[in-house]
Amino acid sequence: MRTVELVIVGGGPAGLCAAKLALEAGLEVVIIDRADKLGGQLIKQTHKFFGSKAQYAKMRGIDIAKLLINEIENHQNLEIFTSTTVVGLYPDLVLTIYDQKKYQKIKAKRVIIATGASEKVLAFENSDLPGIYGAGAVQTLMNLYGVLPGKEVLMVGSGNIGLIVTYQLLQAGVKVKAILEAGSTIGGYKVHAAKIRRLGIPIITNTTVSKALGTSKIEAVEIVKLDENWNKISGSEEIIKTDALCLSVGLSPLHQLLSMVGAQVKYISELGGFVARVNDNFESTVKGVYVAGDAVGIEEASAAMMEGYLSGLHVADSLNKPHPEQENLLKYYQDELELLRKGPFGLKTKIGIEKLKVGESNA
Amino acid sequence: MRITKHPILVFPEKKKVEFIFEGKKVSGYEGDTIASALHALGIMTLSYSIKAKRPRGFYCAIGNCSACQMVVNGVPNVKTCITPLEPEMVVFRQEDKGVLI
Amino acid sequence: MLNKTGIPTKSQTLSRFPQENILIKPKAVIECFEDIPCNPCETACPFGAITIGPNINIQPQLDFDKCTGCTLCVSSCPGLAIFVVQIKGDQALFKIPYEFLPKPQKGEIWDGVNRKGEVICDALIEGVRETNKMDHTAIVTARVPKEFLHDFITVRERK
Repeated sequence: MRTVELVIVGGGPAGLCAAKLALEAGLEVVIIDRADKLGGQLIKQTHKFFGSKAQYAKMRGIDIAKLLINEIENHQNLEIFTSTTVVGLYPDLVLTIYDQKKYQKIKAKRVIIATGASEKVLAFENSDLPGIYGAGAVQTLMNLYGVLPGKEVLMVGSGNIGLIVTYQLLQAGVKVKAILEAGSTIGGYKVHAAKIRRLGIPIITNTTVSKALGTSKIEAVEIVKLDENWNKISGSEEIIKTDALCLSVGLSPLHQLLSMVGAQVKYISELGGFVARVNDNFESTVKGVYVAGDAVGIEEASAAMMEGYLSGLHVADSLNKPHPEQENLLKYYQDELELLRKGPFGLKTKIGIEKLKVGESNA
Repeated sequence: MRITKHPILVFPEKKKVEFIFEGKKVSGYEGDTIASALHALGIMTLSYSIKAKRPRGFYCAIGNCSACQMVVNGVPNVKTCITPLEPEMVVFRQEDKGVLI
Repeated sequence: MLNKTGIPTKSQTLSRFPQENILIKPKAVIECFEDIPCNPCETACPFGAITIGPNINIQPQLDFDKCTGCTLCVSSCPGLAIFVVQIKGDQALFKIPYEFLPKPQKGEIWDGVNRKGEVICDALIEGVRETNKMDHTAIVTARVPKEFLHDFITVRERK
């Protein structure tokens, strides 16, 4: 069994950025991703990104993915496994990996878990009917495979993903009936919401789906109004026809490998779900296992990139191979990460990070 | 229902890939996953739940939810949403936990 | 309310417009009403007319004296929140970002639409510009009656 200095699980923005700086520090790096291409969710993001130059602001996500991959893919110390799932991570930092054909083991000196997140589901009657999609899935279908999800979509959730995917559906030529938001205010950036309203798409607050209707696939939904305490207002039910229901109700960190290896994990709702406890260097409670990106708390891709760079720097340093620009880059990316969290949208994340530090863990 | 023109993306014409779904010859395109090819053909039900036999379809598209697991070339539990389509693949809907032998 | 509807109020919109006499020349109007970490407009402006500063969450400030209406910020804004406008007699000439198909063609008449998505007037398409640098955000020049100066926001194809 071979031993590698650094294995990065996940080749999305966090994983790619970590790899770049680790490679520059002279480490041998393996990136393992279960998709058939690197780039994570960036490869479906057709919109221009926010942030500053450090986060490639104004570039479309799809182009940021190409840039990040280009920067590292031919590096002599980098090995890439795609279409390969990490099925186990053990306390001696052995990873078991499977690519549908061969089952292999790799031992690592350091591991960065950059597995990202999975979409949450909404519980209502018949929520498992075909024709009900996660918003990310609709994005994947449209932007990666060029397949339309339906003719007229009903979107649930007005966070950034719900708003962005609605806009992308319209760009793909799909009608969007409305965006339903359970809360009383729009969750995402108002500039995204303004783009949608100009196109005549209503955003209906205080409303959610109570059931889906259809036999072999979705044909309609029953929607219901909610009061300030999230209780359904009886008598406010209404039936809306749709052939595609899109649920954009939040993301949850993919923490499973961390739980498997015995890292302390705590449920923090502000961060999206179960999150591993990490120190300021992004190291979990299992020595040698680091976490970056959505896997350590749901934020934007811009934050994932910054966390990737930082964890790459810390890992290299921990192996006594500090990056030649270690001090400067640590400060630069730490400052950028703080800037991203400085506004009102960063408040929730900061609260979550504080909560993560205190109290008992769940597992 | 395939996109041909798009304001940001380019969808070039791709080579057809023929495969067999539930005994019928069908086709997708190079670059498709099995699930995206089936979706483009209008096939919404990809599997059935084990006890209640409820129809299940495309949900997460990135290999997390397992609603898309089908029997491909005799192998069960294949996550069709992240498995690239290959010529002559034999695809069936799965109705059980997956029989290997 | 912007938070509930996604539609800025009239006073919010007016707060971003300069005095009408200034609009003899084309000027940018930046409808960015929220503190979000973002500064490509500041970086894009070659005349230093847009200021955000080191805390990129602060909403951009536009110096109308320095602004030439060049539209570089219009295609740089990831939120498509900026447009350029000029008053010409009894008409207003808008330069707006556009990312859909089909693109308008010069000489066509499209619907002029307000921030609620309602059709409010005719919009005469005077031109459509797209360069590689704009990265698929076209700039559409549309002429509408001046009375819709504070209402018009985009164009929609007539069915």
